[in-house]
Amino acid sequence: MSIKVDQVLDCKGLSCPMPIVRTKKAMDQLEAGQVIEVQATDKGSLADMQGWAKNTGNQYLGTKEEGNVLKHYLRKSNPGEIEEAAKFEHTIQNDELEKAWAENQTDMILLDVREPAEYEFKRIPGAVSIPLGELEGKLDTLDRTKEIHVICRTGSRSDMAAQILSEKGFEHVKNVLPGMSEWNGPTESE
Amino acid sequence: MVKALSAKEVAKRAVEGKMFILDVRNESDFKDWKIEGKGIESINRPYFDLIEGVEDVLEHLPKKEVLVVCAKEGSSVMVAEMLDEAGIKDVYYLEGGMNAWSEYLLPVKIGDLKDGGSIYQFNRIGKGCLSYLVESNGEAAIIDSARAIGAYEDFAKEKNIEIKHMIDTHLHTDHISGGRRLAEKTNATYWLPPKDAEEVTFSYEALEEGKDITIGNTKIEIQPLYTPGHTIGSTSMIVDGQYLLSGDILFVDSIGRPDLAGKAEDWVSDLRDSLYNKYTSLSKDLVVLPAHFGKISELDEKGAVQAPLGELFEKNEGLKIESDDEFRKAVTENLPPQPNAYQEIRQTNMGKIDPTSDEQREMEIGPNRCAITE
Repeated sequence: MSIKVDQVLDCKGLSCPMPIVRTKKAMDQLEAGQVIEVQATDKGSLADMQGWAKNTGNQYLGTKEEGNVLKHYLRKSNPGEIEEAAKFEHTIQNDELEKAWAENQTDMILLDVREPAEYEFKRIPGAVSIPLGELEGKLDTLDRTKEIHVICRTGSRSDMAAQILSEKGFEHVKNVLPGMSEWNGPTESE
Repeated sequence: MVKALSAKEVAKRAVEGKMFILDVRNESDFKDWKIEGKGIESINRPYFDLIEGVEDVLEHLPKKEVLVVCAKEGSSVMVAEMLDEAGIKDVYYLEGGMNAWSEYLLPVKIGDLKDGGSIYQFNRIGKGCLSYLVESNGEAAIIDSARAIGAYEDFAKEKNIEIKHMIDTHLHTDHISGGRRLAEKTNATYWLPPKDAEEVTFSYEALEEGKDITIGNTKIEIQPLYTPGHTIGSTSMIVDGQYLLSGDILFVDSIGRPDLAGKAEDWVSDLRDSLYNKYTSLSKDLVVLPAHFGKISELDEKGAVQAPLGELFEKNEGLKIESDDEFRKAVTENLPPQPNAYQEIRQTNMGKIDPTSDEQREMEIGPNRCAITE
């Protein structure tokens, strides 16, 4: 299964330092928030990709191994993402959501608006994935009678999503804060 | 112009010279394992933090003579060129990177044998593995061979000696033995303790007490001495009545760990008996030649690792534990992490799996970690 990304970078057959050098160049061209898949055969690229992402503030999402090829997924960070104050007035804290979600999922939708690659590597069991950019086209798939909790990594994309939903007439919407970055409840992948 | 420095030259400087190293691998690799030596000073800055420029690291470097090190070579060349452009004089990179460092063997002559012949220690400084070559009258035995057998082959060719015996004191868990491969190439006999060989897929000669091995016509004797504990088969060897090859049972600064084959509790009393009963009955003048060192400080000025048995009974903490209970705790609790890929390494040494040479190199990355202390 392939994960939807904004760019695929082929670094197969290249040895260190080229996979990281190429990734850096490609990331410089991306918009903040976009996701890149880096294909590499150099085994050392795994630890280096993680270290590089950490030191540059970019988001390392995960790696899939397919035969000899390592597919690394990274998301270009958005410097404003964390600072931007959430504007949507109805919010719920991570721990409150964790409790509510554990008790009753039938009247609730947990909407994850991060990129598919982020969702792929770490998500709350039962969460529905609709990336922010696709939300307006997929409103019909959401049950308006249910309470919708919107989550992303840090609360900023979900804030925008909550505003969109509210404008489109959804009445029971809450933005989850701070979001997946500090989520301590159960998660799953793939 | 940046210059390549071979692992051999770096080993020389690690033992007797001076070198400033900029290690550009990622932080966890550096923390795990790095080039060490009495004259070595090193700092870590991952190459991926230096892609934009080396300005930030310059103030931490000397103005001349810097060796840049990475895993395979590529990144160190890139960073070395940047340092060169930034004005540092004599910038080197490590040829073949840490892979080459891990495999390099430094041969050191330990001494002469009574009726002619001599014994050499091959120090794999990068991994802390010690192997031995005993030669007399044009014949040789190699004990605890490293995977990279080229150094022994070159040595034998240069001295015009024939390799007759390849011996492993035990089934190794930290490195892939070159014993079987070199035995096949040279038509030598491959010896292994039978209790460690119950699952092996190849034929071998049983290394057992009473089966002395003779080299050359001057009858250099290698006497096996069953000393279980690190593994159930672990066998020490007394060479020429002078040297005690202690395998992974006794090291200069520590003792062997009993847990790597998954049977720590079972083997504690074997280990205690080997060290506290069998070894104590041997001559104190025997020179202990172990299969590993743990700290670079164990190397003498030639790069050799050795000590008289009597001295170790006085100085080695692992030989001075009075109660059985304390001993059990010391060898089963708070042990260092296991060697990298140790289970796959055992499988490979049993002939059960046959990884490619790249995979084997990868499996052997890191320190040996066969002692109870780091």
